Amino acid sequence: MSNLYNVSASPHVRSKDSTKTIMRDVVIALLPACLAGIWVFKMEALLVLLTTSVACLLTEYIYERLMKKKITTGDYSALVTGLLLGMNLPPSIPLWIAVLGSVFAILVVKQLFGGLGQNFMNPALGARCFLMISFTGRMTSFTLDGVSSATPLAVLKNAGSSASVMDTLTQNGTSLLNMFLGNIGGTIGETSALAILIGAAYLFIRRIISWEIPVCYIGVFSVFMLLFGGHGLDGMYLLAELCGGGLLLGAFFMATDYVTSPITKNGKIVFGICLGILTGIFRVYGGSAEGVSYAIIFCNLLVPLIEKVTMPKPFGYVKEKKTK
Amino acid sequence: MKGATFKGGTHPFEGKDLSKDLPVKKIVPTGEMVYPVSQHIGAPAQPIVKPGDHVLVGQTIAEAGGFVSTDICSSVSGTVKKIEKRLTVSGAMVDSIIIENDKEYTKIEGFGEKREYRSLSKEEIRECIKKAGIVGMGGAGFPTHVKLAPKDDNAIDYVLVNGAECEPYLTSDYRMMLECPEEIIGGLKVILSLFPNAKGYICIEDNKPEAIKVLEQQVLKEERISVKVLKTKYPQGAERTLIYAATGRMINSKMLPADAGCVVNNIDTVISVYKAVCQNIPLIRRIVTVTGEGANHPQNFEVPTGMSYKEVLEQAGGCNEKTVKIISGGPMMGMALYDIDVPVMKTSSALLCLTKDEVAEQEPTACIRCGRCVSVCPSKLVPQMMLSYAEKFDNEGFVKINGMECYECGSCTYVCPAKRRLTQSFKQTRRSVMDSRRKQ
Ligand code: SF4
Ligand code: SF4
Repeated sequence: MSNLYNVSASPHVRSKDSTKTIMRDVVIALLPACLAGIWVFKMEALLVLLTTSVACLLTEYIYERLMKKKITTGDYSALVTGLLLGMNLPPSIPLWIAVLGSVFAILVVKQLFGGLGQNFMNPALGARCFLMISFTGRMTSFTLDGVSSATPLAVLKNAGSSASVMDTLTQNGTSLLNMFLGNIGGTIGETSALAILIGAAYLFIRRIISWEIPVCYIGVFSVFMLLFGGHGLDGMYLLAELCGGGLLLGAFFMATDYVTSPITKNGKIVFGICLGILTGIFRVYGGSAEGVSYAIIFCNLLVPLIEKVTMPKPFGYVKEKKTK
Repeated sequence: MKGATFKGGTHPFEGKDLSKDLPVKKIVPTGEMVYPVSQHIGAPAQPIVKPGDHVLVGQTIAEAGGFVSTDICSSVSGTVKKIEKRLTVSGAMVDSIIIENDKEYTKIEGFGEKREYRSLSKEEIRECIKKAGIVGMGGAGFPTHVKLAPKDDNAIDYVLVNGAECEPYLTSDYRMMLECPEEIIGGLKVILSLFPNAKGYICIEDNKPEAIKVLEQQVLKEERISVKVLKTKYPQGAERTLIYAATGRMINSKMLPADAGCVVNNIDTVISVYKAVCQNIPLIRRIVTVTGEGANHPQNFEVPTGMSYKEVLEQAGGCNEKTVKIISGGPMMGMALYDIDVPVMKTSSALLCLTKDEVAEQEPTACIRCGRCVSVCPSKLVPQMMLSYAEKFDNEGFVKINGMECYECGSCTYVCPAKRRLTQSFKQTRRSVMDSRRKQ
């Protein structure tokens, strides 16, 4: 009976969650918003989403194959990047640009920095900004039902602060309800606030994300817009700003990206606050009506600094007493 | 009944149902008995017997080898065969006294004689505890008579009895709470008699409602003692989290519980105190839970110290062939044994037979910075950063971000979705830091 048993240092048990199950949950949570995008933009959206997903997975596979690394396409993280990138593109984008963006996201932003966990910038957002700079026109032309139309946020911004929010929206053939449900022009994934909230609820229930980043982000952003948006305490304006554009998608799915957000609780709070302020500044004072992607990317770069200043105090910490 | 608790922590699979309803059975050893001289923290005990000597049950065979050290008593009667190095649970070879059991169990004179603790002075009580060889039986094995001798007896406000038993699978403390609550209360009263200003709390996690009920019944008449219900969460029974949950006070790695006016003792330690002081029975037995999916017949046993785990397992009905890993203690902090022919010691609590090696099955992958390790750490550390220092062998950086506050509870490793071996690295780094500190 003296057979040898396995030995290793404690602990000897592990939780069931793994990188794979977490990423799979994120994919599941992204699906409602993807479906809403396909429902609104039909075939075009489906093709874009498929293209970016497949292109991201393939890029990761080929790169890891060539570099003789362990193939990690099975952990769903490349799929998350693919879906997120597709969701950040307008439905009318030429597919070759979508492919280019996917390759950039996986190859440049993710793998060249060492792969999952090492990138300092969200790959999907990095690629979106790269495409924005390279193909500004195509990235910002939005169509709805085959007709090109400005996004509600752009309409609101151009109308200036004196115009009534409801009137401006109605004149442009839309409404707050449309913005909430998703029947508006914009990128594929950000169109339906409702679908995004359903996905976000799933993430909360599965405890994939915690409240700090989204709540601080959206909260601070709201306060900022009420103070500096130029519409005073207009609730309608605030709702339009929240439902329109990439704010919700960004707050729940991209700002909360594990790899590129702070790891500690206080760090997450500071991160969320920075995001809220920056997005507000970009939307109110910037040239474009959008600002979420840039705000997130910029704050991604601040993460090491934020983590440094928000290092938690250990349990039972006492200030070193100066010995005289 | 909402229990007090701490921030962080996790909820591993409990596995206590396997053995929690099985009463403690006595087990009688047949083979040779092995008593390592280091079963506690501090200086090894010095053997006072030599080969050929005849010893009796309860006879002292080694005496404390320093201030922080304690005695060791024989659990059988028989002849000392030899003193030689033997393998112990930790994998180290330790000087051990080997006794050939004559199976007569002749007791030493005075063994089991009733004594009234109130007629003893504080010094006599502490001496009794030292002579009985009592150590903290929660795992660390710190000599109890030292723990019970803080600088100022009057500064102790709380005596906590640790009945949290937060390690999965373990049920030995639970069984003792159900089966001998009077001895727990008795031992606690002895300890309280040392500290005139202290209140006694028996701390129990809320997943043990029967134990809470039994002990609450028992303390009805006791003015100084009450039962404190704690939330079920790992590592609720760690000294620092227990003190915080029960009293709201915090200590760090450089402080002793006494610095926060607390004395913490494990359930079985308190029972041993009662036996030593009131019945003149030294610490010569341990309650060991034989359990796990691999154990043919899970059971709680009263095992004489010095008996081989191998024999305990055989008498318990052995383990099935699916068993891949055998652990002394619980799955979160216990030691894996590659050879189970090692003696049961004062700090043993369980023999856990696992049919699945979740560690070997899962290769570590890249950290995804999910932050779970941070949110579960009961010491409020950032294990993810500690690991990156540990992997670079950067001890200085590790210490700077408070790595030495880690008490190796294993929570961070348990939750890590990338299956990174955090606690394992911390153990090594902490050891190397301590070694280099000692050298200075
Ligand atoms: S739990 Fe694991 S994957 Fe998550 S941050 Fe900590 S080390 Fe990284
Ligand atoms: S093992 Fe150390 S670092 Fe990890 S959770 Fe426990 S105390 Fe914290």
